[in-house]
Formats: sequence, C-alpha cells, structure tokens
Amino acid sequence: MPPAATEPAVPGLWSLWLLVSRRELRLAARHWDQVLQPLIFFVIVTTLFPLAISPSLDELRRVAPGVVWVAAMLASLLALESLFRPDVEDGTMEQWTLSGQPLSLMLLAKTTAHWLLAGLPMVVMAPVAGTALGMPLSVWPVLMGSLALGTACLSILGAIGAALTVGVRRGSVLLALLVLPLEMPVLIFGARTVDLAMHGESVVGPLNLLAALLLLFASLGPFAMAAAMRISVES
Amino acid sequence: MSSESPRSSEPRAGFEPPTGSGEARANTRWLWFFKLASPPHAYRLAGLLRPWFLWPAVALMLIAAYGGLVIAPSDYQQKDAFRIIYVHAPVASMSLMVYVVMAVAAGIGIIWRIKLAHAVAAASAPIGAWFTVLTLASGSIYGKPMWGTWWEWDPRLTSELIQLFLYLGYMALRASFDDIQRADRASALLAVVGVVNVPIVKYSVVWWNSLHQGPSISKLAAPSIDSSMLWPLLIMMLAFMLYFVAVLCNRVRSEILRRERNTSWLNESFVKS
Repeated sequence: MPPAATEPAVPGLWSLWLLVSRRELRLAARHWDQVLQPLIFFVIVTTLFPLAISPSLDELRRVAPGVVWVAAMLASLLALESLFRPDVEDGTMEQWTLSGQPLSLMLLAKTTAHWLLAGLPMVVMAPVAGTALGMPLSVWPVLMGSLALGTACLSILGAIGAALTVGVRRGSVLLALLVLPLEMPVLIFGARTVDLAMHGESVVGPLNLLAALLLLFASLGPFAMAAAMRISVES
Repeated sequence: MSSESPRSSEPRAGFEPPTGSGEARANTRWLWFFKLASPPHAYRLAGLLRPWFLWPAVALMLIAAYGGLVIAPSDYQQKDAFRIIYVHAPVASMSLMVYVVMAVAAGIGIIWRIKLAHAVAAASAPIGAWFTVLTLASGSIYGKPMWGTWWEWDPRLTSELIQLFLYLGYMALRASFDDIQRADRASALLAVVGVVNVPIVKYSVVWWNSLHQGPSISKLAAPSIDSSMLWPLLIMMLAFMLYFVAVLCNRVRSEILRRERNTSWLNESFVKS
C-alpha cells in the first residue's frame, strides 16, 4: 500500500521497522567485538564440560544436547546486558517512548536485530560445538532448527526482563534471576528435540511446540516489553 | 530520583481518580470499591476481618489434623507415611493459588492503578514463597519413605522448584527498586508475565515421564482415595485458605503502614491512641 503523497512526514510501520533494524545493525557493525563476545562465551562454556565431565566422546555424547542448549541459553543471557542499556543511558530510549510511534514494534525490531547478531551466530556455531561433543552429523539440521526457534524465544523473553531491569543497579544478576525460570520450557523442548534426534526418533512434536512458543512470545511479548520499558524510562 | 509524585503526597488517594466528565455517575456506583481501595479503610477492614479468618482456620486445622492423624485408617500400601499429604497437598495447592492471587492483584494494580492491589500482591509474595518451600520440604520428607530418596527430578517437584524461583525473582525485583511505585509496577508486570508462563512451565515439565503418582483428588466424580481419608484433606485445604487470608490481612496491614508512614491519617490515629 503506497502512502499518500500529502503525508510524507509520517513513516509507515514497515519503514519504522527498517529504520530501527538498520540502526541496530549499523551500530553492531561498528562494535564487532561486542557481537563476538557472547559467541566466544558460548564456545568457552561448551569447552568447560569435557574438562569437567570426561574427555571420552561416548560419555559426552549423552549430555551433548543439554550442554549446547545450556551454553546457548547462558550466552543469550549475557548478550541481553547490552540490549537496552546503552540506549537508556544516552537517552535514545526516552526519545523513542516520546516519539508517538508504537514502542512495542520498535522494541520488537530491536530485539529481532539483536537476535540476528547474538542468536544467529550461535545457531551457526552450534554444529561445530556439537560435533566436538560427539554429536553425529545427521543431527545438524535439527540442532540448528531447534536453536534458531529457541534462541528467538529466549531473545524475546530476555528482552522483557532486560527492559524491566534496565533501570536497576547491578541489574545483570537480577536479570538472570528473573529470566532463567521463565526460559526453562524453551530449554526443555529444545534439548529434548536434539536428544530425540540423536536417538533417531521423530522431532516434529517438540519442534512444533517450540514454534508455537515463539509465536506466542512474538505476539504478546512486545506489549510486555513496551510496558516494562515505559516503567523503566519513566522515572 | 524525584519520585515524590502528587499521588503520594495526597493521603487518602489509594486510587487515582479517572479523568473526564462522564465518569461522575460511574464513580457513585463504584463508591464502595473506591472506599475499599483507600488505605485507611482497607487498614481498618483488614484488622476487623483478620480474627474471622484466623480462628476458623485454626479450628478447622485442628479438626482436620484429628481426622487425618487419628480417624483416617492407614494406607494399605504406604502405611502411616501417607498422612503427610494432609500437609503436603494443601500447601502445594496454596503455593500455586497464592501466585494466581498475586498476579490477579498485580494485574488489577497495573490496570486501574490501585495502590492497595499492589500492596496485596506485594504481601502475597512472601507467603506464597513460604508455601512453596513447605511444599518442597514436606514433599521430600514424603519422598524419603515412598521412593527412597529425598529428591527426585520428577515433573511436579521440578515445577514446584521453578515456582519458587519465580517467587524469588518477583521479590528480588521488588527489593531492587528504591521508589515504591516503580517497584509496584515493574513487579506487577513480572507477575503477569509469570502467570502466563506458569501453565507452559507446568506442561513442559510434565514432558518427562517419571514415577510420581497421579493426582488423586482432582477427579471429584470418582475419587481414588477413600472418603474417610478424603474429608480431612478437603477441610485442611479450606483451613489453609482461611489461614492464608488471615496472614494476608496481617501483611497487608503492615504493608499499608509502611507505604503510608508519612501521611496525616496515620499520624492522627497514632496521636489519638
């Protein structure tokens, strides 16, 4: 639907989405180190488990789905710290809340861009980590698919928590405390999916459940994010 | 942080009056409701109601304890150890119910901006957390003779543990704000998000299979436990609900005192007494 030529000043929702996304991606391109840090953290955490449990691949193979999933969850939690804080501190978020544009959409765009930068690299890296833990190659598609759906869920849930705690001193521990219990269903379904695939069983059920969770969180989450952000920015 | 909003300096405003001219009639119809929401009134009312909930709760608890520990026969399989369900099952159902009460109060508080609802939600959280701790403790005491272990990673135990984490997160979020109104609204949002997630957590955790016995009294039509064992359990549940309301009255009163400590009605009533 082309916008009326007489109202050039009011951007449509789509252009708003693109503006926010472009800004996020451009900012990330100028701070590559911040994008890489959660990814390196993810690799380091998966390295810890062979050191802690056993170097034998047979033993690691049994726990591999859980290890990869827990590492992805912790890494996404770590990445959330930088999701809203810089924008709240320099006043950008205040401008956003005052702009009259739908804050929920802008925050969802921001979260999506965040997922592209924090979640997607992990999805790509996961097969490497999984193979290092003894996962067979045949599990790769399921691992990546479940992580893609799951990390998107984690980004949305995490964004709600990040918006709530952004105004709090030492908010990062609190953020983990709030968000991790809410994220447990995602972990259960995600790790279960990979586990089923490794035993050669059908993964349609849990994958569908993960997709359903993502739809639920993507449709209701932005409103919670916007409400939380208003509370945080208000004072 | 300049959080001294006009709302908090006005002593009797437990409710933020709706703006607009057409609301006058609605105001008179809902007068009792606004009155209920005003802190001085709620403070008095909670004080009046407290004994009416507390003493019946104590009486029913004694009756149910007698019924459960003396009258009910021992279980053919679990012997006398089953009697711990007279504590375990009521506190387990309360741990969930209190969360729902808290989330509903928080939702009311965030939608209609009623301070008293926030006070109720804030007062419910520690009670619910204690009920959850009691559930876990009594459950593991129950589990030792039944399953041979104190802890089993089974769905109901695990979801109860997650429930405890949700309560702790709520309380941690409240505690991290200095400004009470921000604490109210932020934690209310968390409670509402949490209550949407609670069924998902419950069902996702049920995903694993394990050896927990199925719920035995949810099928009211044909209960799988004998009626001589059932009635003390139901009475105990009622007793715990009344006990919760009594404790809630108490906690809401102290919550109101804490929030309204600088207001004139409190100073006046203290000068009088």
